[in-house]
Amino acid sequence: MLGLTIQQIAYIFQGAGWTIVLSLLGFVGGTFLGLPLALARSAKAKWLRVVSSGLVQFIQGVPLPVIMFVVYFGISIGGFEVPALVAAGLAMTLYSGAYLGEIWKGCIQAVPKTQWEAAECLALTKPQRFVYVILPQALRIAIPPTVGFMVQIVKNTSYAVVINFFDLTYSAKVINNSTFKPFTVFTIAALIYFAICFPMSVMARRFERKLHRN
Amino acid sequence: MSGATQPMVRFHNLRKSYGQVEVLKGVDLEVAPGQVVALIGRSGSGKSTALRCVNGLERFQSGELHVCGHDLAAEKVDLRTLRQDVGIVFQSYNLFPHLTVEQNVTLAPRKVKGIAQAEARELAKEVLAQVGLSDKIQSYPEELSGGQQQRVAIARSLAMHPRLMLFDEVTSALDPELTGEVLKAIERLASNGMTMMLVTHEMAFARSVADQVVFMHQGRVWESGPGDMLLNPQTAELRQFVGNGL
Repeated sequence: MLGLTIQQIAYIFQGAGWTIVLSLLGFVGGTFLGLPLALARSAKAKWLRVVSSGLVQFIQGVPLPVIMFVVYFGISIGGFEVPALVAAGLAMTLYSGAYLGEIWKGCIQAVPKTQWEAAECLALTKPQRFVYVILPQALRIAIPPTVGFMVQIVKNTSYAVVINFFDLTYSAKVINNSTFKPFTVFTIAALIYFAICFPMSVMARRFERKLHRN
Repeated sequence: MSGATQPMVRFHNLRKSYGQVEVLKGVDLEVAPGQVVALIGRSGSGKSTALRCVNGLERFQSGELHVCGHDLAAEKVDLRTLRQDVGIVFQSYNLFPHLTVEQNVTLAPRKVKGIAQAEARELAKEVLAQVGLSDKIQSYPEELSGGQQQRVAIARSLAMHPRLMLFDEVTSALDPELTGEVLKAIERLASNGMTMMLVTHEMAFARSVADQVVFMHQGRVWESGPGDMLLNPQTAELRQFVGNGL
């Protein structure tokens, strides 16, 4: 089929599986990093804001492949041999955490100040105001941009190829090296990326419209 | 006012500035238990700021303010206890849009006072009945008119069983028809003996409901007295103000 064997195509799809695994790692890790970052970025304590914004600025100012290299080789200099998946997962965590933190900070701040005030005047404690009044509203606002950013995460996992992580880009490259059919091979890879990302884009748009209707 | 009853609110020479601008220039004012006090005056006269000082939303620089036994000039004020005694209703309702009417009303009683679910539901029914909205208990704020939303906001405040209620221009965002239903709810509270301070532009309402009308001008209490004071202003400023208002 298309001048490729079933085994070769299956191999490409195997890479796609690891792309999804790395995307999930990046998203879950990014959530664990991004949530505290979002809170710290909107905190009252100045040092929290300075430290967290410094971290965000730094990560956003470095290209993802370089983050991959730094994490991968940084860990091995420390004397630890880590699988590429761990290094790539860590790098994706840093990258998506920094961006998700910024997105969510914006969502928290998008809830009107008067909501904080109304909750305060009902004698709710500060954590109660956040958990019961602000967070549920911020979450609703956050859904469309978050789903939208997940598309970025999936596409950017392809940079893990620089540390030889076996993902969709890597498996396509390997098959191309043995078949010399770059157009066919990379078109297949492109279609698979698209098939993963497009439904998420549609979902993000649908959430967005739903949010605006209300 | 007899000397036996302690005033519920007492301002003494209260001053407040935002940076260089002094908005309250020595306010003296007392509210006795059960009294309804209407604060009137132009925009920028300091009436809303004075009201917001009462529940600690605004801090002040000098003078005294005692509210329900709390000394608000103290270094550390326990605002959470104060706010269980003092409810406030805002011009823009500020209901929680993601919660039903019942949840809006019972959130604070459940989380702050720790009352049980079943008890909370009874409480919601009780306070919603007081504002005439028993049938809207399961609605979301967006499904209600402005007047209904504002009455839910009043019920939400009532559910904490406050000793004092503050109303900050609560009808200013409503058209005349909806204004009427909100004023009626406030009037009912007044006749039940609730102590209230209200900032309002509704002169006729202030005159009929308030025991004491306070005209503020340039950060001071310019003139105050019973509702009928509006018919016979002593100062040129109040004369001009009601001339425009009535």
